[in-house]
Amino acid sequence: MDVPLIQTKNLKKYFNNKTGSLHAVDGVNISINEGETLGVVGESGCGKSTLGRVVLRLLEPTDGEVLFAGESILSYNRKKMKDMRKQMQIIFQDPFASLNPRMTLSEIIAEPIKVCKVLTKKKDILERVFELMKTVGLAERFVNTYPHELDGGRRQRIGVARALALNPQFIVCDEPVSALDVSIQAQILNLMMDLQDSLGLTYMFISHDLSVVKHISAHIAVMYLGQCVEMAATDQLFENPSHPYTRALLDAIPIPSLKHRKEINVIQGEVTSPINPKPGCRFAPRCPQVSSDCLLPGLSLQEIEPDHFVACTLYQEQER
Amino acid sequence: MRQNLLEIKDLHVMYRTDDDQIYALNGVNLKVELGKTLGLVGETGAGKTTTALSIMRLLPDRVGFIQRGEIYLAGQNLLKLSEGEMRLLRGNEISMIFQDPMTSLNPIHTVGKQIAEVLELHNPELKKGMIEAKVDELMEMVGIPADRKGEYPHQFSGGMKQRIVIAMALACNPKLLLADEPTTALDVTIQAQVLKMMNKLKEKLKTSMILITHDLGVVAQICDAVAIMYAGEIIEMGTVEDIFNNQQHHPYTVALFGSIPDMTQKTDRLNPIAGLMPDPASLPPGCRFAERCPHCLEICRTTSPRVVSKQSHQIKCHLFTGAEGLRDQDQKTRI
Repeated sequence: MDVPLIQTKNLKKYFNNKTGSLHAVDGVNISINEGETLGVVGESGCGKSTLGRVVLRLLEPTDGEVLFAGESILSYNRKKMKDMRKQMQIIFQDPFASLNPRMTLSEIIAEPIKVCKVLTKKKDILERVFELMKTVGLAERFVNTYPHELDGGRRQRIGVARALALNPQFIVCDEPVSALDVSIQAQILNLMMDLQDSLGLTYMFISHDLSVVKHISAHIAVMYLGQCVEMAATDQLFENPSHPYTRALLDAIPIPSLKHRKEINVIQGEVTSPINPKPGCRFAPRCPQVSSDCLLPGLSLQEIEPDHFVACTLYQEQER
Repeated sequence: MRQNLLEIKDLHVMYRTDDDQIYALNGVNLKVELGKTLGLVGETGAGKTTTALSIMRLLPDRVGFIQRGEIYLAGQNLLKLSEGEMRLLRGNEISMIFQDPMTSLNPIHTVGKQIAEVLELHNPELKKGMIEAKVDELMEMVGIPADRKGEYPHQFSGGMKQRIVIAMALACNPKLLLADEPTTALDVTIQAQVLKMMNKLKEKLKTSMILITHDLGVVAQICDAVAIMYAGEIIEMGTVEDIFNNQQHHPYTVALFGSIPDMTQKTDRLNPIAGLMPDPASLPPGCRFAERCPHCLEICRTTSPRVVSKQSHQIKCHLFTGAEGLRDQDQKTRI
């Protein structure tokens, strides 16, 4: 089997604050094959964005490993890490907040090129900027405009162009379309899929919108309170959602068709606090199928069918 | 014929700034039946919130103007009322749930006090004890234990804050509830909780509701009627069945549905709507959607289309203004 491009092993990120230790990412094992997209879904506060940032080493993990093409990047020193960053980039959620309002479009896109000294001549840089603008579908006349002059869709295209500037292999997309209208959202999703085809990019696509994730991802990891509770190929996950949380999440999506009009199914309660979590399944307080086993520690992802992993006591019993 | 609680006729609203005159609403006609929910759908900038603010008469001072039109609530023209009379209506007969629960609550007052404020204002005769009892009742109604009324907004989660805002809006049993994207800032599981609760309350209190949203899924789940807005106009309106099951639609509606990823089937590419909404400061003469429309005709660029209707279904498009008009539903022809 090929080595996956990105792999994490028991990755943990805790934030310590006054009230205790906040387990933002707690023992996550994911792997993404080259040229594929892993969708990461979950409610707000479940650690999706933290996971994205730890994978890029924008945050130092508390424990665990991040492997890029089989090599652990956590042992890299500053200089080597800076080289590494050319391979891995990020697209941020909010195109209104993630672009410097005092820089023109060309300055924003050229910034990574200048920082990493890939090109030095002004003429070359500008040429590359135009090339990138063409790739993401921005007309050349926008080259000297400021972000506030453009609409959300075009702004997010700048974010994409900036992420592509260094020819990365891997891009973390942190809710890239959640701030956009549906029609614009479709444009950006199409663009990202086209770029994946033409440039062979690998994405980690973070979103809370399952319909978007379903559309773009080959695999999906469902997160709940810092832990990955289910991971499977997209079709498998939708055909056979196995963790009670995944089922509840799928049930809660309003479908734009009257055929699916039904009594709205809700999971009771809200996400519990990620500060000093109790052992056992973290979904247990809201789970409709909870049993006394759920409160025991030592729950891990089990393969219930090829390429379909679930962390739930319902399936661990079958194993035994 | 059913009774209409709210009727808007030919409403024009303009925002005047130093540089531009922005035509936010251009002849909106809208009806909400008693006890029914109308979904108002459209992209950012289509004029959804402006419509709601006009009904509340809360357009920004000195910037937003209602140029002409009429808004009738149970037969009473709201635009003819004085500011004082309007104040009595707000919160009592019409109330509004704003988009972001995080910013629409006052951070320095307890939630109990904020709910009580609405009651005190509209029922000056009520004794303190009765108001307290009513606050407890309202909080229980939206599923929050009443003993938390002494807490401040930051001590609640997003979904709970939104429920408190809903409790405030429903405090005086309003006839009409304007909900401006009430669930957009919430997670899907919490959204489902809030929608279920709103549905239940609507049945219990017989409140009519205008639900502003851009999520067609939410509309399919809880609305009775749908109006689709584009560039300050209602371009298609009908019952949910008209909009979701009928075969004939405004090209914009078709495009809007086409651009959402479909959960039920596998597609390789989405079909975004080419181009952007026209600048509301300089609107094109004919149909506002002409620039982006795949079925654009010669006439679309010059003349604004009239509204064609068939029973409850109305479409504002030249494709249907011909002799045939809207076909019967059983003929199943796609435009």
